[in-house]
Amino acid sequence: MADREMAQEITEVQPLAVVPGFDLKEIAGDFLRGLWEEIPLFRLVLGMCPTLAVTTSAINGVGMGIATTFVLVMSNILISILRKIIPDMIRIPAFIIVIATFVTVTDLMMAAFTPELHHSLGIFIPLIVVNCIVLARAEAFASKNNVIRSTADGLGMGIGFTIVLILLGTVREILGNGTWFDMPVLTGIMEAFEYEYQPMIVMILPPGAFIGLGLLVALANKIEERRKGKK
Amino acid sequence: MFRLIIVLTIFCSVAAVALAKVYDITKGPIAEQERLKTVAALKAVLPLFNNDIDKDAQELVVGKDKKGRDIKIKFYPGKMNEAIVGTAFQVIAPDGYAGDINILMGVAPEGKVSGIEIISHKETPGLGNKIMKEEWRGQFKGRSLEDGPRFAVKKDGGDINQFSGATISPRAVVGAVKKGLDIYNKEFGNGG
Repeated sequence: MADREMAQEITEVQPLAVVPGFDLKEIAGDFLRGLWEEIPLFRLVLGMCPTLAVTTSAINGVGMGIATTFVLVMSNILISILRKIIPDMIRIPAFIIVIATFVTVTDLMMAAFTPELHHSLGIFIPLIVVNCIVLARAEAFASKNNVIRSTADGLGMGIGFTIVLILLGTVREILGNGTWFDMPVLTGIMEAFEYEYQPMIVMILPPGAFIGLGLLVALANKIEERRKGKK
Repeated sequence: MFRLIIVLTIFCSVAAVALAKVYDITKGPIAEQERLKTVAALKAVLPLFNNDIDKDAQELVVGKDKKGRDIKIKFYPGKMNEAIVGTAFQVIAPDGYAGDINILMGVAPEGKVSGIEIISHKETPGLGNKIMKEEWRGQFKGRSLEDGPRFAVKKDGGDINQFSGATISPRAVVGAVKKGLDIYNKEFGNGG
């Protein structure tokens, strides 16, 4: 019964949420754009440095993705709120201060509460400051659009980035170590057939990052080509 | 012009205050995490102990480096009911394949290794980083300098396994542990 009451309340509240400048379709578009059309790593080809460096395992991809998404969303929100206060001439330093602050907050929080992950991501958490995606979204989107749209944009871009990180981390971890999220996938299968899996070490090493990312980008381009062809 | 200066100053001040606040909140947990990490590593290399080991730690000067500065090592004495069961300290292997290898080693009172733990390293994944494996590190247990030439990797005529394709990292670790034992004997050995 309580549930029903709640449901009623929600349906009642929803129409109120339609305030000027709140266009659900537009916001959904902002969100979804980051997931495919402008997915950071495949389409915009931004933020390659942390991608190549940390994706030695799937869990690293998750950690880096969440950290970047947090910074992206928070800095997009704040910059969007302040966009009318920030003078044009000093907008870049102002953006950098906002971004750097959130990155430092993330870094300290991770050190305090997820020490293992913080240790394995190492220097690349502080380096989110110089991740092109964050500054690019601040400059290209958040400084020109309202808070809600900027949030959707940050979230979409962040999740798009995270998905690719996890994909690449998955490929590299399975081939290079035989495991996925520390579960013995390839190693386990091979053991069932009484073979020992000899990991492709190169996939864990830096060249594996380039090879893996190259193949994934090629695949994404192929899919996009198909999609366009159908249209 | 003034507006630019004022806006940027306000931005920086707010950021500084926010960061100070976050630092204040996370300072405690971070220090605690560091301590837990140290204690966990100490537990791994020493026999069972029940003292407040990081409070009993003492820093000793063990020699001088090339520039004449003191080399200090922090010794953690593990005690079981007030009797010393082992001493743990960090040694650095400067001759790893890629940079320093930091090793925490525990030594029992009679000068035998009770365990080693690799704290940090930059060895190649899949090759040199097998030094992290427990089976390999286990080979150090019970070793002492009295083992003579047998206390070396197989390639050097000893009986510690190396890995195919990676001899440098194991050799570096063995060298550092031996050096550590040497330091231990000088500081604590034979009642000295």
